[in-house]
Amino acid sequence: MIRSTVSTLAMTALLAMPALAQEVWVSNERDNTISIIDVPSMEVVDTIKVGARPRGIMFSHDHKVAYLCASDDSTIQVIDVTTREILHNLPSGENPETFALHPDNRHIYISNEDDNITSVLDVVDRRIVAQIPVGVEPEGKAINRAGTIAITTSETTNMAHWIDTETFEIFQNSLVGSRPRHAEFTSDDKRLFVSAEIGGGLHVFDTETYQELAEIRFEIPDVHPHDVQPVGFKLTEDMSRVYVALGPANRIAVVDAETYEVLGYHLVGRRVWHMAMSDDETKLFTTNGVSGDVTIIDLERQEPVKTVKVGRFPWGAAYRPADS
Amino acid sequence: MSPYLRALSAILLREALRFVTQRERFLAALVRPLVWLIVFAAGFRAALGLSITPPYQTYITYEVYIVPGLCAMIQLFNAMQSALSLVYDREMGSMRLLLTAPLPRWWLLFCKLLAGVLVSILQVYAFLGIAYLYGIRLPLMGYVWVLPALLASGLMLGAVGLFLASTIRQLENFAGVMNFVIFPVFFLSTALYPLWRMAESSRLLRDICAFNPFSHAVELIRFALYARLNPDALVWVALTFAIFLALALWGFDPARGIMTRKARP
Repeated sequence: MIRSTVSTLAMTALLAMPALAQEVWVSNERDNTISIIDVPSMEVVDTIKVGARPRGIMFSHDHKVAYLCASDDSTIQVIDVTTREILHNLPSGENPETFALHPDNRHIYISNEDDNITSVLDVVDRRIVAQIPVGVEPEGKAINRAGTIAITTSETTNMAHWIDTETFEIFQNSLVGSRPRHAEFTSDDKRLFVSAEIGGGLHVFDTETYQELAEIRFEIPDVHPHDVQPVGFKLTEDMSRVYVALGPANRIAVVDAETYEVLGYHLVGRRVWHMAMSDDETKLFTTNGVSGDVTIIDLERQEPVKTVKVGRFPWGAAYRPADS
Repeated sequence: MSPYLRALSAILLREALRFVTQRERFLAALVRPLVWLIVFAAGFRAALGLSITPPYQTYITYEVYIVPGLCAMIQLFNAMQSALSLVYDREMGSMRLLLTAPLPRWWLLFCKLLAGVLVSILQVYAFLGIAYLYGIRLPLMGYVWVLPALLASGLMLGAVGLFLASTIRQLENFAGVMNFVIFPVFFLSTALYPLWRMAESSRLLRDICAFNPFSHAVELIRFALYARLNPDALVWVALTFAIFLALALWGFDPARGIMTRKARP
């Protein structure tokens, strides 16, 4: 009787716990905080104090924890998404800027900007399992769905390095435009997109031949070409669209990912950097570094609907779906 | 039909006929804001976006910012045009005919005012339609909400025009008044620049803009275009309307008004 009452109460308490809504977590580089945006209300609902100079941010594949590059603390912080507390710090090598999580949900590939190294972190054993020398100032990170290839872009060497995830060795280098910032594979792993900030283009590579298929260029009326600096971008699952942050041009470009035609631009805040997309691909959240805010773009209506203030110099953003 | 309504419909019909027959006036009313929108706004070089101020929820280009101000500009010019036609009517004698109708003077003047406002609303919707084709899309409900806002702002500006008409005896003097009214009223308002931008150049300019009733008409329209009410602006507009309508009625009263005093040797 007592046991059944206790279990009923426990069950009731569990059911009474509010399910976590969809959220976007934004790292604020100058504030050493994370701003949490509630997606349905499009409001900042919480701010978490974190380590020094937070930049790269992402969730584990099961969305139970968040990983954060605390660059100036040279660590990867692990944050519980329910309690929003830092669980522990992980080794990262010097000055981690950004990273990518392997499909095995265990290995994180980290860019160590000052050491010209890509570190591979095992989050279960909590140790660095490999350090791969790459070009000068490594930044962009991507891992294909099959988990066989990791990409590191190096800002000063202007290259995308193709790393074998079995041997932890570079097996191919591709020259891209000046200052490559971000890389992503298409969902079928057949193409790799790399943005070149100073070069001003978005480069597309074939993942079998490693040959460049296209360079997408951007022209915005009344905006000086020097201000058009592609940084972060997001590909849709169906590979029909790619949304590209254009830095000081304060624009998100909408590109047809098949024909590489630029379909339009959305005005957002100042120096747009990175972005997160909702899992149903109806909303895009852009981090606007200089204006210290996040612009939310309704992708169904293809229009920016709201800009919300976050901390100073928001850098990265990660989307977490609602608990099922 | 009651005599009141008959007078109203007659005046509305006269204004409507005038509106239909004077196509150049209609075109001029549209060309003016379109030149501002397409030429001036393009030259303003705010392609990187304006800071967010209510009612905007996100960054906008200058073209988007300027639209409500241009709607109010259409109404301002229309109000002055109506005032001009009143002076003309008075010179031609048709004004006397109107005011000698066996109805209260305030009702006749109000009908005249309303007729002008309705014409201006048609002009504004035509302008918004062209702006839409130009790529400036506002929330759908904004096009509905703006109707009462345009009515209120139109009445306010019309009352100001009516008052001016009551103070001017000769048509020749009107051009000067238009220059002294339209330009300061338009430029010293939030029609072209937000208050924060004015404050950056001069605190005094900002205060003048904030006080200018035309700014409140612009803001009333701006908020309505985004399906929102700006209560402060509405109060300002209503108050200005009441004051200037009272002054105009006083001005047109042959027993006490400005006309009487001017007519004295």
